[in-house]
Amino acid sequence: MSAATTPQAPARSAARLRWRRPLAVTGRYLLLSAILIFAVFPFLWTLAIALTDKTAGTSIYAFPQSLLPHQVTLHNFVDVYRTFHLGAYLWNSVSITAMTVLGTLVVSALAAYPLARFRFPGRQLIFGAIVATLVLPSETNFIVNTLTLKSLHLLGTHLGVVVPTVAGAFGIFLMRQAFLAVPAALLEAARLDGAGELTILTRIMLPLTRPSLAALGIFTLVSTWNAYFWPMIVLSGAPDRIPLSVAVLKLKGQFNYDPFNIAAGSLFMMLPVLLVFLFTQRLFLRGMDGAVK
Amino acid sequence: MRIHWRQTLMSYTFLAPALLLLAVFTFYPLLYGAYLGFTEYTGARFAQGLGPKWVGLDNFRTLADDPLFHTALWNSVRYLLVVPVLQLASLAVAVLVNRELPGMTWFRAAYYVPVVTSVSLAAVMFEWIFNREGVLNWMLITLHLSTPQQATGYLNSRTWAFFAVMLVTFWRGFGYYMVLYLAGLQTIPRELDEAAVLDGASPWQRFWRVTVPLMRPTILLCTLLSTIAALRVLEEVLVLTNGGPLNSTYTALMYVYAKAFQGFDFNYGLASAAGLVVAVVALVISAANFRLIRGDTEGA
Repeated sequence: MSAATTPQAPARSAARLRWRRPLAVTGRYLLLSAILIFAVFPFLWTLAIALTDKTAGTSIYAFPQSLLPHQVTLHNFVDVYRTFHLGAYLWNSVSITAMTVLGTLVVSALAAYPLARFRFPGRQLIFGAIVATLVLPSETNFIVNTLTLKSLHLLGTHLGVVVPTVAGAFGIFLMRQAFLAVPAALLEAARLDGAGELTILTRIMLPLTRPSLAALGIFTLVSTWNAYFWPMIVLSGAPDRIPLSVAVLKLKGQFNYDPFNIAAGSLFMMLPVLLVFLFTQRLFLRGMDGAVK
Repeated sequence: MRIHWRQTLMSYTFLAPALLLLAVFTFYPLLYGAYLGFTEYTGARFAQGLGPKWVGLDNFRTLADDPLFHTALWNSVRYLLVVPVLQLASLAVAVLVNRELPGMTWFRAAYYVPVVTSVSLAAVMFEWIFNREGVLNWMLITLHLSTPQQATGYLNSRTWAFFAVMLVTFWRGFGYYMVLYLAGLQTIPRELDEAAVLDGASPWQRFWRVTVPLMRPTILLCTLLSTIAALRVLEEVLVLTNGGPLNSTYTALMYVYAKAFQGFDFNYGLASAAGLVVAVVALVISAANFRLIRGDTEGA
């Protein structure tokens, strides 16, 4: 295309490009589709298994029939929900995730405001310390944090899962960047009107930085909902308080013979995150963008 | 600088929750964890209400003599094999989707879905795929790359379990790095690529001669990130193989976790010491990587 518009490009190659282009586009789409199958195949197969009527005596390993369910049913979902008390685990996930998202937003916004807007002794040091948490070796933190939670009597509670995770460099950075972009004149005007700093934060800064708050909230939601290791450790002594991300492997142990129920249970866990992601992917991908630059 | 006391007080009040939490759950465990590495702090002492006891380098001697720890460290280093594959693939995919063709946003989003998948869910799904009767073997047999007699359960195989776990890491990671590379690609001026097209460069040449050199900072950042992540791999191993079969997937952080929490003889001191060793290895590799970045940009 660009070759044709440029005089110094030889006509021969322009002609060649003309028929090579559709071919290249087709090739590109073929390649993209192959990668697509690699990326989403596990989900599609899980969905197929979850929808298969197990009473029809099918095996999930009967290929290629098991890749597309013949006898579609929703019974597996009902079955696993009832027999596995999935509702309780679902609620645990919601409780942990909600507390973590709320806590992260509050703590990050509070910390980011002075870091973005004020000069005070120790600011550089504090900022440096927060940056440092990104590279500090955290290999053994989970051991000591477990001991700390134990002495705080928080081991085995949802609060114990939540509290150590809400203060993080990512959230503080993100909110600080957002606050830096708010015009100083707005704050001056509010101060002249006699507004206190907490009022300015909640009435001016937060409403103006809603996209960043939303991005941080969604990021935290997805990672908390999916978190496995930390909730598994904190709640290892409280099996009925574990979230779905941990329960799903218990499900596997208990229903080893029943992959249909496992698949249905997995979908219960996956669906909320998948929906959140699909509806907010723009925010997500832009948020990642911002994290690198 | 004049100190505004009111502002300072306000700042610290707002910062207090974050600072308190960071102090208790990030900085304190760092220091105390390092200290524990030089102590004897076992299940027995813990049960008797005794605190850690300073034993100097004892734990490190134990580690030096423990063949399991050697295996664990070696596996962690071996796991770095996934890094170049992961980085090249995600860069290539990023180049592929970095065109405003119809449907491209959907491809990008779909490739990102594994990234927002829980590791436990990945474990459930990939166990079916890697099963002896699973879809991977079915495909290989259908394509005549294998026979039913050769079929093996990949997660139960001493040879294959390691690579099977890596494949899951790859699957969960390539969308993440793809997005980072995409961000980098979008800062490359279009004219450069177009000029290369005019000069008659093939797509292959354009990738290696234009894209890769211009993307060097992003490539190095991503490589560093994924190197550290590979050294610290734990969750995939834990949920897919629990270190087996016969310790063939047992990694260094698996050792830290197992010594601290698994079995009856939990040993916080030894686990912390092992964690320190992993941390030092990670730091050395990061430092080497940074050096490389420096040297590279100076040379350019």
